[in-house]
Amino acid sequence: MKSMMKRLLLLLCMLWAPAGLAAGGGNEHLDSAYIDLADKGSLRRGAHTFVNYCLSCHEASFMRYERMARDLEIDSNTLKQSMMFAADKPGELMTVNMSDQDAKPWFGVVPPDLSLTARSRGPDWIYTYLRGFYRDGSTPTGWNNTLYPNVAMPHVLYEWQGMRKASYETSADGAKVLAGFEQLRPGTMNAQEYDSAIRNLTNFMVYLAEPAKLVRYRIGFWVMVFMLVFVGLSYLLKKEYWRDVH
Amino acid sequence: MSLMNWIDDRFPLTKVWQEHMAQYYAPKNFNIWYYFGSLALVVLVLQIVTGILLTMHYKPDADLAFASVEYIMRDVPAGWFIRYLHGVGSSMFFLMVYLHMFRAMLYGSHRNPRELIWLLGIVIYVALMAEAFFGYLLPWGNMSYWGAQVIVSLFGAIPWIGEPLAEWIRGDFVISDATLNRFFAFHVILLPLLLALLVYLHIVALHKVGSNNPDGIEIKKNKDKDGIPVDGIPFHPYYTVKDTFGVAVFMTVFLGIVFFVPELDGWFLEKDNFAPADILQTPPEIVPLWYLTPYYSILRAVTFEWLPGGAKLWGVIAMGAAIVMFFFLPWLDRAKVRSIRYRGWMYKTMLMLFAVDFVMLGYLGTVNPGHVNLVWFKNVTWAQIGLVIYFAFFLLMPIYTKLDRTKPEPDRVR
Repeated sequence: MKSMMKRLLLLLCMLWAPAGLAAGGGNEHLDSAYIDLADKGSLRRGAHTFVNYCLSCHEASFMRYERMARDLEIDSNTLKQSMMFAADKPGELMTVNMSDQDAKPWFGVVPPDLSLTARSRGPDWIYTYLRGFYRDGSTPTGWNNTLYPNVAMPHVLYEWQGMRKASYETSADGAKVLAGFEQLRPGTMNAQEYDSAIRNLTNFMVYLAEPAKLVRYRIGFWVMVFMLVFVGLSYLLKKEYWRDVH
Repeated sequence: MSLMNWIDDRFPLTKVWQEHMAQYYAPKNFNIWYYFGSLALVVLVLQIVTGILLTMHYKPDADLAFASVEYIMRDVPAGWFIRYLHGVGSSMFFLMVYLHMFRAMLYGSHRNPRELIWLLGIVIYVALMAEAFFGYLLPWGNMSYWGAQVIVSLFGAIPWIGEPLAEWIRGDFVISDATLNRFFAFHVILLPLLLALLVYLHIVALHKVGSNNPDGIEIKKNKDKDGIPVDGIPFHPYYTVKDTFGVAVFMTVFLGIVFFVPELDGWFLEKDNFAPADILQTPPEIVPLWYLTPYYSILRAVTFEWLPGGAKLWGVIAMGAAIVMFFFLPWLDRAKVRSIRYRGWMYKTMLMLFAVDFVMLGYLGTVNPGHVNLVWFKNVTWAQIGLVIYFAFFLLMPIYTKLDRTKPEPDRVR
């Protein structure tokens, strides 16, 4: 009977395991961003890109400059001189001075808040999206995106990546499949440098979505050590008390 | 101990302690399945404590709720820890309750004379589902919003009174600030009070009749000359130390999830709920969290539009009936023995089939009904098969438990 229970528990575990994989996925192909939050340099470079390019239109209205500086070890001079363009005090939230009423006619949509995008879309989505822009004369901005077709956002980083054209093929079952890109005009970065810059930016956005992630694992390790000692001691206590039960 | 005397003259403290702890005799043969009751109680206390801390910073206002949760996650010291404890805690609560219920079905703990314990337990389970549903709206994420929209609209399927009823529950034509405020009231006051009361009654009823055990036989039949069951041991200290060990193991797993994988790949915290509620943007797939998906699956399995009143109405009826079935369990079971150890192959087979079926329905509730995620058939077809197995387990129970060839029960616990 006991072994039967064990087998049943095992079966239940096995039934849940593949389900977890299935629950996460969409249909589009995403490139892996290889996030590394331990790489503070990468986070800082990503932060610079973020405040210089993203924060002009998008907000990160749940994040404070001061917190970012503290977590990413950015000194207050660097913060004030090269990162705080839209705020006076380090304690302020990362907002933009554009009202929703203005943004709507200017862009067609209100640029979404980016505080939590890495959690709602996932880092791989951001990494793939920012590397998926191409020239398309048929859209209002002149840009289109392979991951997010007809997106309202233009290619903000085109100076880095240059201009590209996407070529699509029709597959056997009639679906439109991306065949590849053709570089129309070179940017200031080569493909590898651009990928690396986007990886840093994605890395920063993962941090931005959950600053606690930087401490969560560290504290968690010691919590686990404590709990395992507690498990051991409570087991010995139980065994001692139960010696006279048979 | 003059202080104790002073209290005992005014309040039966020593008497209560002895009746429920030091001289409450529990069978000595509890196995691993008997941890989950005390663990469910531990999670309840944890949910209440973390919940109180969260209400100190949370704002039940459609304009502020989402931001206030992020404020807790970022600006409140250790706020993220409290929030993850509460969010992961809700899933762990259901996990403990499901295992606790399955334990009862394994060893016949719902049988005479423990029917009332079982009934109170099922009421707790239903109250817990309501508590989880109301609580899920509070972060005001997009899945919160659309999940509530879908579930409340189910009331709309009831003929005649449906639409006005759904509107009355929401306090508006759609889920709105009014809905958020009342759900907050239900989540932090009404249901916690109800749960605390029900759990108290559940334990009082248990201590009146005494605990069942894996052999499903009464330890009270064999008493020594002092009237103490020979196979019983005092709950304190034996089971208090044993449950302490159980709590230690449980908290290790629980805290491991909280610190390392609080979203558990979307099972405990859904991706779509990190985007604020948006009435114009429906998530691609609206699904409740895993603990409600078996019933969601049953709801979606009824696709027969030719039924009078439409498929949706019958889906809602099937979903309701699936929960109601549990209330009748003590009277559907006609076997001579309680424990699965002495039951025949029929009950064993049916119970295992039911357990696998419940998990399968739970999984199917999280995926698109039109896709093929398992083998052979579309998900909706599997859900329909699952629905038939689910109800067959309950409705055929009087027959197969009666026909089943049981083994003789021992006189003493093993």
